[in-house]
Amino acid sequence: MSFSQSHLLGIEPLAPADITTILDLADQYVALNRRDVKHADALAGLTQINMFFENSTRTQASFELAGKRLGADVMNMSMQASSVKKGETLIDTALTLNAMHPDLLVVRHPHSGAVDLLAQKVNCAVLNAGDGRHEHPTQALLDALTIRRAKGRLHRLSIAICGDIAHSRVARSNIILLGKMENRVRLVGPPTLMPAGIADFGVEVFEDMEEGLRDVDVVMMLRLQRERMDGGFIPSEREYYFRYGLDADKLSYASPDAIVMHPGPMNRGVEIDGEIADDINRSVIQEQVEMGVAVRMAAMDLLARNLRARSKEVMA
Amino acid sequence: MTRTLFTDARLIDPDADTETRGWLLVENGRIAAIGGGADMPQTDARIDCAGKCLAPGLVDLGVKVCEPGERHKESYRSAGRAAAAGGVTTMITRPDTLPAIDSPEALEFVSRRANAAAEVNVLPMAALTKGRDGREMTEIGFLMDAGAVAFTDCDHVVRDTKVLARALSYARGLGALVIGHIQEPVLSAGAAATSGKFASLYGLPAVSPMAERMGLDRDIALIEMTGVRYHVDQVTTARALPALRRARDNGLDLSAGTSIHHLTLNEFDVGGYRTFFKVKPPLRAEDDRMAVVEAVRNGLIDTISSMHTPQDEESKRLPFEEAASGAVGLETLLPAALRLYHSGDLSLPVLFRALSRNPARRLGLPCGRLSAGAPADLVLFDPDTPFVLDRWTLQSKSKNTPFDGQRMQGKVLATYVAGQAVFESINA
Repeated sequence: MSFSQSHLLGIEPLAPADITTILDLADQYVALNRRDVKHADALAGLTQINMFFENSTRTQASFELAGKRLGADVMNMSMQASSVKKGETLIDTALTLNAMHPDLLVVRHPHSGAVDLLAQKVNCAVLNAGDGRHEHPTQALLDALTIRRAKGRLHRLSIAICGDIAHSRVARSNIILLGKMENRVRLVGPPTLMPAGIADFGVEVFEDMEEGLRDVDVVMMLRLQRERMDGGFIPSEREYYFRYGLDADKLSYASPDAIVMHPGPMNRGVEIDGEIADDINRSVIQEQVEMGVAVRMAAMDLLARNLRARSKEVMA
Repeated sequence: MTRTLFTDARLIDPDADTETRGWLLVENGRIAAIGGGADMPQTDARIDCAGKCLAPGLVDLGVKVCEPGERHKESYRSAGRAAAAGGVTTMITRPDTLPAIDSPEALEFVSRRANAAAEVNVLPMAALTKGRDGREMTEIGFLMDAGAVAFTDCDHVVRDTKVLARALSYARGLGALVIGHIQEPVLSAGAAATSGKFASLYGLPAVSPMAERMGLDRDIALIEMTGVRYHVDQVTTARALPALRRARDNGLDLSAGTSIHHLTLNEFDVGGYRTFFKVKPPLRAEDDRMAVVEAVRNGLIDTISSMHTPQDEESKRLPFEEAASGAVGLETLLPAALRLYHSGDLSLPVLFRALSRNPARRLGLPCGRLSAGAPADLVLFDPDTPFVLDRWTLQSKSKNTPFDGQRMQGKVLATYVAGQAVFESINA
């Protein structure tokens, strides 16, 4: 089992073999997480710092739990409340933390590229927990694991990603990952929420849900952020729900065994109908949360192995 | 009477559109005669050019020197040294300092500083509106008397068309040249990249290249309405060119420039969020770059400038969206422009038409020419010397160049202002 990276900054730098390595290991951690005693010592003695420059409950909890289950010492820092407010630059914050010798740094930042910048200035492994509109690699990996377990494979599937593509780092990471694994990706949404030049990414673009969902194996809904709902990008919540909200009628155009995904948190009645979200035969939304912990355990485990291998080289 | 003879030079004459082998005689700071062959005037001082290129010194329209306000980024002394090392003999400086140069007093201050500290010619521009706020026009008449060669709010676009129309009318009455930034401001707000595949992949807030066309269209209507002499600071997109062509054909007094960075780099150079490549307007697609190069070749775009914008390390070592815009360019203007010569896109006379002759002519300056009577502002360079640029060797106080570590070809050997050497390469 080999993993080529020393950081997890995005899906873009990963080879298909890296992705498979993470998912295979994550499968083992899913089994561990379902046991009574959910503990391993892959990260024992290591320090993990979660630095969130942007609000997060779910992702931060998932990373925290992943670290704790593998025996790491986990510290959470909510950066909005701290030195950033006092005018400290990102790089100074990074250097300060670096001096405390963390081994794993989990970072979320509102600006694209900020996590890459930070990774250049520290000598621990950095995991991107979402940077601006750029990437959210662990989300794409947990989505991939969910799909692979539900569909039995992660290639030659037809997958529709629907909603606010333009502002979504989840969409970007998923487009890249699913493309690398040789799937057909469709993007469905109103033109105001579609990024420019997106057709060059090797995806098909649809403005109509029925056409876009026709015969797909996976329907991936995206969260529509509240601040984009009124007038700016779409006329209103109700028109959006009518045209792009996933309900039973629109889902009927997809393949009969298509699964429904959502990265959460959901706006029921905006991008997804509550009944679809709760339909245990179609929705895998709860599985996504479960896979999230396992994927993050796997990613941190692999990065820690590379860290240890490197420090052994230095010693030798 | 001082006489200096430059012998065995490859003379680049942008007016005649020729390169010829010959000599050039400088007398009392002016070019006295030019000729070929062995029949040379006798002088005490001789400079053997050894077959290298001798051209009119560069006239860089739109240089930011950070005095007053941010002298730690660039002073007149450091900018003057950078200009001399880059073959720039005349800097036309921008008023986007802190505070803006919007009063005759402020203008006199910078003129005094510039004359004391810089060995190259420095001609200041002044703001078009007070504080570059777009609300009230500046004292255009007094500022002209104090030496302002043009009026511009730089990258602040005057949004209120009534204010702008009046300022342009008033400027026309005085024959003043106004320089405008044509990026439509509402669409451009917050943008760090040009919209398209690259910005989408990197998740950067982006602006459509159409914002440039939109701003240009508005300004063309105002130029037609007021009859003002107008120069566009940077045309960087293919879509703006037909509008520029039409306005020119309709007889408007409109000229246009572009920046060396938009001529030699494209959006993909930003790569892994490299903030030294963040400029304003943002770097464009390769198709746009090629169209702009062609527009320089066929004369639709008149001038090439460095848009020299010093930024310190702290302003650039930030996430891309937060980082300051701008790049230094005085010293890299000529070597970067020579990329277009080596690629076969532009001849040397065409390059110097855009780098020296046209900006001088647009501002009514006697320099920028290689003919008798013109000031002996000259650059001697070897277009072929290869080197790898190390940003720490730059003379500017700020080292924010996008060309750091890149292979360049072409080096300035010496720079002369009014016949006096202000820079001589130690390796020459």
